[in-house]
Amino acid sequence: MELLRDMGKDQQSLWARVLAFIGRILLAISIPLIAFYVLYLGFLFLRDSQAPRVVITLVAIVWGVGGVAILYWIFNGLVELLPDAWTTRLLPFVFVGPAMAILGWYLAVPTLRTFYISLFDRNGPPDGMNFLQQLGSQAFVGLSNYKAVFTHPLMLEAFRNNLMWIIFGSTLSVAFGLIIAVLADRSRIENFAKSMIFLPMAISFVGASIIWNFIYEYRPAGQPQIGLLNAIVVGLGGTPQAWPQWVDIAPWNNLFLIVIVIWLQAGFSMVLFSAALKGIPEELMEAGRIDGASEIQIFFRIMIPYIQGTIISVWTTIVIFTLKIFDVVWVMTGGQFGTHVIATQFYRQSFTNRNSGFGSAIAIVLLIAVIPVMYYNLRQFREQEAF
Amino acid sequence: MKSGKRQKRFGSLIVNGTLLLLVLIWTVPTMGIFVSSFRVRNDIATSGWWKIFPYRDWQPVREIDISQAGLDPNGVMTIEGATGTFEEFRAGVETPDGKRITWIGNKRLGRVEVQEEVWTVDWNFSLDNYRQVLGGQDFKFTRPDGTVEIVPGDNMNRAFLNSLSVAVPSTVIPILIAAFAAYAFAWMNFPGRRALFIIVVALLVVPLQIALVPILRDYKALDLNGTFLAIWLAHTGFGLALATYLLYNYISTLPRDILESAFIDGASHFTVFTQLILPLSVPALASFAIFQFLWVWNDYLVALIFLGGNPEFELVTQRMAAIVGSRGSEWHLLTAGAFVSMVLPLIVFFSMQRYFVRGLLAGSVKG
Repeated sequence: MELLRDMGKDQQSLWARVLAFIGRILLAISIPLIAFYVLYLGFLFLRDSQAPRVVITLVAIVWGVGGVAILYWIFNGLVELLPDAWTTRLLPFVFVGPAMAILGWYLAVPTLRTFYISLFDRNGPPDGMNFLQQLGSQAFVGLSNYKAVFTHPLMLEAFRNNLMWIIFGSTLSVAFGLIIAVLADRSRIENFAKSMIFLPMAISFVGASIIWNFIYEYRPAGQPQIGLLNAIVVGLGGTPQAWPQWVDIAPWNNLFLIVIVIWLQAGFSMVLFSAALKGIPEELMEAGRIDGASEIQIFFRIMIPYIQGTIISVWTTIVIFTLKIFDVVWVMTGGQFGTHVIATQFYRQSFTNRNSGFGSAIAIVLLIAVIPVMYYNLRQFREQEAF
Repeated sequence: MKSGKRQKRFGSLIVNGTLLLLVLIWTVPTMGIFVSSFRVRNDIATSGWWKIFPYRDWQPVREIDISQAGLDPNGVMTIEGATGTFEEFRAGVETPDGKRITWIGNKRLGRVEVQEEVWTVDWNFSLDNYRQVLGGQDFKFTRPDGTVEIVPGDNMNRAFLNSLSVAVPSTVIPILIAAFAAYAFAWMNFPGRRALFIIVVALLVVPLQIALVPILRDYKALDLNGTFLAIWLAHTGFGLALATYLLYNYISTLPRDILESAFIDGASHFTVFTQLILPLSVPALASFAIFQFLWVWNDYLVALIFLGGNPEFELVTQRMAAIVGSRGSEWHLLTAGAFVSMVLPLIVFFSMQRYFVRGLLAGSVKG
């Protein structure tokens, strides 16, 4: 069937194929372009109007969502007016074109552009020059931004901290998730416990930072402590500390930030492990018990090997996540006190220091660090059929 | 047999006990914020929120008139059987019968209290914190010593509406576009289908940090910075790869014969898509919608970069981060504000837990 259709395509005239190609590209680009223009007009109206905020909110929502939906409808109608052969040729691109055009603008092309910018100094490629002139200009610095990424002391600090995030953050999230999943599986309060542990996933990083800032809240010794951690420490006879800001123990003060992410992510790993544990055949566990294995032995010899695939895919997911960690560090410490990570360095270089060459080089390094983990993760993800 | 049963009961006690302990550890941080958000500003600043649980504290029973008792604060005094200097009485001295004598205030104008240790709770709750953080006007506080302090409130109300205007289109637009694309990848035949789909999957890898600098340059050129449109489109772009991939995984598994019979009846692709595929994909659409909505609602980085400069359009996350930065010790604003920012995600969590969990699991690779 497929083969026949392919042969049929070869017999089309060259002219028709060129025309179809142009038509497809045009369709792909024109829908987002018109959508953009329509949304832009609406936005101008919203900006200039003095309506109450609730009205503006409603108009924004209806305009944004409705505008895009109507465009698909119009373009589909137009293409369906064409002769049948042309409808079949062009219609798929009404459907798939806008997505590809937007992905191109927002992800594919920026990756190349960021790489290109990373080869230049702090102001990026000079304006008003063509490609070759830019490469020949003073601003072109080759790979020296990358050299800086791997030698700058703050970057080295960031790499070290990200490594801590991966080692402690991902591993402990997985460990806690696994322990809770195993315990919940044998408990009568399973659903309640799982909901409560999963709940932090609904909270933003900024919200979580506030929650934990409150726990770490520091008052000088002698005053009543309102932060839970310091209250406990003082109650046990210790001295209060501003935990994440406690530079004396650097780099271990990072652990106080990492705890936040463990708190957020344990629920995620728990749910995946819980599902995987329910997939272990009961006969397998029963056989182990009959052979006299203790619960601990069953856990290590039967459960862990059986759900190994899930453990690795959960771990890699959280590794990717911790590689890109930004909000928690930015809100809690702003990267001070020796807590910078790659993403906060990227932000600082790109937007605070306005050194776009350096910032872009960091972004590319981040991409390269994520690729192998992500590749592995996506392969696992398909096997898990999580969705 | 009997000892086996007892062992089992003991085991289940350990299991449930450990689990409850972990649940408690996981819940206490949120509870601290929740409880504190209803406490009066002065209480939050001077005592821990766990004081809402009964605890033992010294409460005054009666006062002793200094001049009548003929006390000389410059020497050693004996009050009700307790002996000490002024400094010692300032800290409190216990009498033999378990009471405590405390000198309050300075030497000349102070008073002496006889205190007893009793069980007590701090249940001084109010909604004032929420009024302040939402309302935006200034609030007056009377300090314990009588002076008045004016603390500006905050305008979370506006930030909340802004977040809503950002989050809803940023959720629906990418899903709509992705659903069309996923349908085409799953059910239409066109040249380059495989190659384009591989591109979509490959783009899943790209962390959004990569795109920020170039997109910011484009936005500057188009004069779009600091507008809702800018952030809608950014979230659409960053969410689209994952949305297309996930919806394709779902739509491509729908039974083929339903569609074929529809085509035989002469339905067009558009009709099949809107009348058949979309209704059948509701579970997947809902899961992804919840994920994307929460992602956008909780996002801080993208908002910081594309809306950064304009206080008029600040979102809840930005507003909260700003309060942390400038007024990090105003816990009455922070606790109530944090709860305002969490309330919508929590409602979604409790009302649609199944889709919520599925969506978050599927979206975990987003970058």
